[in-house]
Amino acid sequence: MKKNWPLWEIFVRSKNGLEHRHFGSLHAADAEMAMENARDVYTRRNEGVSIWVVESKNITASNPADNGEMFEPAQDKVYRHPTFYDLPDEVKHM
Amino acid sequence: MSEKEVKNLEEIFEARIARDEKIEPKDWMPEKYRQTHIRQMSQHAHSEIVGMLPEGNWITRAPSLRRKAALLAKVQDEAGHGLYLYSACETLGISRDELYEQLHSGKAKYSSIFNYPTVTWADMGAVGWLVDGAAIINQVPLCNTSFGPYARAMVRVCKEESFHQRQGFEIMLTLCRGSEEQKAMAQDALNRWWWPSLMMLGPTDAESIHTEQSMKWKLKRKSNDELRQQFIDQTVPQADLLGLTIPDPDLKFNKETGSYDFGEINWDEFWQVVKGHGPCNKERMSARVNAWNNGEWVRDAAMAHAEKNEKRKVAKAS
Ligand SMILES: [Fe+2]
Ligand SMILES: [Fe+2]
Repeated sequence: MKKNWPLWEIFVRSKNGLEHRHFGSLHAADAEMAMENARDVYTRRNEGVSIWVVESKNITASNPADNGEMFEPAQDKVYRHPTFYDLPDEVKHM
Repeated sequence: MSEKEVKNLEEIFEARIARDEKIEPKDWMPEKYRQTHIRQMSQHAHSEIVGMLPEGNWITRAPSLRRKAALLAKVQDEAGHGLYLYSACETLGISRDELYEQLHSGKAKYSSIFNYPTVTWADMGAVGWLVDGAAIINQVPLCNTSFGPYARAMVRVCKEESFHQRQGFEIMLTLCRGSEEQKAMAQDALNRWWWPSLMMLGPTDAESIHTEQSMKWKLKRKSNDELRQQFIDQTVPQADLLGLTIPDPDLKFNKETGSYDFGEINWDEFWQVVKGHGPCNKERMSARVNAWNNGEWVRDAAMAHAEKNEKRKVAKAS
């Protein structure tokens, strides 16, 4: 029986105040090993203060083929942006 | 999908790249794009991890703790580079095992330079200075390549490479400022590594097959000959600074071009090494294959342990 180590996605917070960002992925037998390997691979030069490891199979990703229906509807909703509204120049602080 | 539909998709795809848009793994892509990227990225990944072997050879014999720590850190970086690149490659739907299998069976290539032996400590200097130097020249343009995961991996790699080259140059500098024997050792290392480093940038443009398509996909941004010239032009003044002589009697600054003219490269030697007849091809491959085979029980045990723990957790929760 041969079973490959699963794939994990690694997220690192580079410093407090910033969000965790996707740094890359690696194979590991379990979460603990994924954490140890992530530390060795992605934070050897003080790149992080916090790490999340998530097994890749637990991520649900949108499909680029659906990008039209997913994201295009936002394109014609210009009224969601401040510049859509005409105000006289005299109005300050707005 | 009909042929016409594919053609249409291909046109949209090429236009995206021409607009400098990045391609991400789940995007539609021509099969040839996928295959070419798997080939180039895996070859690159293999080079990183096979590249650990000639330097790993000197870790236990480094002349001081400072040098040992630096060399160890560098070799560890190369393992990381391999990992970044394998991961990027896997996003295209090939497994790590298949990639290793291609390396171990000889189906996939790695950089020919790592088939040369590292016989003295000075080789650690020459490798960092020249081999990592040539690698940087190859890699910097790839930070803007069209495939997102590859470009991101290269950005990280390039950030780390600069220390590699600097520590190598520092080793050379120390030897060149040392005793006569030490300086001779540095010269000897340069003599042996110079030509293979030039070859490392790939066959001449006339002989290189994939260039045009690769340029379009931004897998290549400058030709091999341009990269080689750039490498020579930046390295010769560094050799002067060390007080070392580049082993090429035809090397001469050309005032008109502002570049160095250089002698004929022995491409026979290059192709021999690529085909597996370099001084260390067999040794490198057997080191890789042994590491993989002998590690199998450890990988299996780790997996079995993880599964047992998982079951225990589930049992506790229920
Ligand atoms: Fe590297
Ligand atoms: Fe390096």
